[in-house]
Amino acid sequence: MWSIYLGVVIQGVLTGLVYGLMALGLSVIFGVVRVVNFAHGEFAVVAMYATYVLFTAFRLDPLLALLPLAAVFFVVGYALQAALINPFVGRPEHEQFILLVGVGIIIVNMLLIGFGPDARPVNLSYGFDSYEIGPLLIDKPRVFAAAAAIAVAAALFWFFRRTRTGAAIRACADNLVGAAVVGLNVKRLYALTFGLGLACVGAAGALLVTIADPSPSLGPAYTLIAFVIVIIGGMGSMAGALVGGVLIGVSEALAGFLFAPSMKSMFSFALLIAVLVLRPQGLMGQRP
Amino acid sequence: MIELWRSVNPRGRAVIALALVILLALPSVADRYVLSVLTLIFYFAYVGQAWNLMMGYAGQLSLGHALYVGVGGYVAALLWLKLGIGPWLGVFAAMAVGSAFGAVIGWLGFRFGIAGVYFALLTIAFAEFTRIGFDHLELTGGAAGLFLPFEEKRMGEWWNLRGGQLLFYYLALALASGATLVVALMARSRLGYRWCAVREDETAARALGIDAFAVKMAAVLISSAMTAIGGVFYAFYYNNLFPSQVFEMSRSIELILAPIVGGIGTVFGPVIGAFVLTPLGEGLIALTEHFGLNAPGVKAVVYGVILIVIIYAMPTGVWPRLAGLFGLKDRAR
Repeated sequence: MWSIYLGVVIQGVLTGLVYGLMALGLSVIFGVVRVVNFAHGEFAVVAMYATYVLFTAFRLDPLLALLPLAAVFFVVGYALQAALINPFVGRPEHEQFILLVGVGIIIVNMLLIGFGPDARPVNLSYGFDSYEIGPLLIDKPRVFAAAAAIAVAAALFWFFRRTRTGAAIRACADNLVGAAVVGLNVKRLYALTFGLGLACVGAAGALLVTIADPSPSLGPAYTLIAFVIVIIGGMGSMAGALVGGVLIGVSEALAGFLFAPSMKSMFSFALLIAVLVLRPQGLMGQRP
Repeated sequence: MIELWRSVNPRGRAVIALALVILLALPSVADRYVLSVLTLIFYFAYVGQAWNLMMGYAGQLSLGHALYVGVGGYVAALLWLKLGIGPWLGVFAAMAVGSAFGAVIGWLGFRFGIAGVYFALLTIAFAEFTRIGFDHLELTGGAAGLFLPFEEKRMGEWWNLRGGQLLFYYLALALASGATLVVALMARSRLGYRWCAVREDETAARALGIDAFAVKMAAVLISSAMTAIGGVFYAFYYNNLFPSQVFEMSRSIELILAPIVGGIGTVFGPVIGAFVLTPLGEGLIALTEHFGLNAPGVKAVVYGVILIVIIYAMPTGVWPRLAGLFGLKDRAR
């Protein structure tokens, strides 16, 4: 009996790590640029469709598609911040909200026009393979996806901790005025950060095809999941995003197993409400 | 109220009077389609005003107002279907339940110092939580929806809100004008000024002795009760309720677009916003059909682009700009 539960929990952890990578992008953007990216999940779905196209056209494995997608999404994010979002930095939240909701609406409906409302599955050759560890059966694609998510997150950690540009971005997050005074080009660093945030989303989107089949309606749902994760983990905390992702992944898996799959996000929202009330700065966040 | 009327400048008075006369007389010349579009405009102006009180005046960003619409609609519909209590009485129950939800959210949010984006997320979380809950609630038909019977022989039972377009046109007009009047009166009341003080600088407001918690709670309670009335209208106008439709986050977004585009924290902003956005949406449908672009997303893509353009060009809304242009700005905003 315990092995079934353990299997469900492991499945949840693996899924949660991919969610966590997606949420990491949101956390980085909010933590530094202080803009709420309400089109986050929509971008993830674009990456899922791109993975689908690359896979059907060139038989490119999602794990390999991850790299070019992250690069392209970085450029898109950089351009988006530089061209569209920069004037909205520091403006009231509802104005940012409308701007990004507009972006999200455009994305979802472009996908709807291009691909139609039906889900487009990516049928991997190893899609139904699994590892057998004792009584446990663990899906192979999810193990790969989780490992890739950890690798990308680790690369991002390294960038923020060990490079000068990473330190400069952290400086912007810690003290904007101070950063400007010492001569950092804040606008460029913001664009860079948004690019990095979207690169996470691009990578996460490539991995998400192992969890769900791309369909336009996933966009808003993923935006919400990313927000729930980031708030549970702590806004701006990078480790928190991964921890929050794992928590939500496990909670979804257990709720789907014990109750009904359609009720799984109810538990995520209950978890969110509990965290907001008991520890509003998030599990790993610092008190402002 | 007379004082309020006096505070509007003569040109503004003329415009308000003229607009009301035209809208009251319009059903004698306009066709059903025009009336249905106007009904929708009034509905969005009404719920927009309710949201405007909380966001525009008290400065509390709620992105889950669909919750109150849905709860209000379900309460009134259930009372009528199961107990035979008509909507004119049921609306009070709807208001009570709606504001009870508002009280829980407000209490949690304000008591524990959840503000800004975090508060907005709390409101979304509650709305989504409730949506999924209703999806699994036997009493309300779950995800399969709740239907209000619509029989020919009961048409004209206005006390049960059974009637044609005309009934709902005038009802929506009354709701929208009433809400606008309420907002105008509130904006000039003690409470209204306290809201603005808390919105501008909560710490300073508290230093002046304003009970910020009570003031913000008042905003949530009034706003949620008003929105629940909108839900009753929605339920009896459309005769069906699906959790996935009424509680959806896109519904909450739809509901706040009019006040933001029109200008939050202003009396006429939500009205103007509704008059801009709803015909825009309808016009886009007509236009895409005319050009044979039947792809379902085309209208929405253009709509998204227009939203971005509006928020870019006029971040504080259309109404302040319009009012300045035509010399309509009254002293009380």
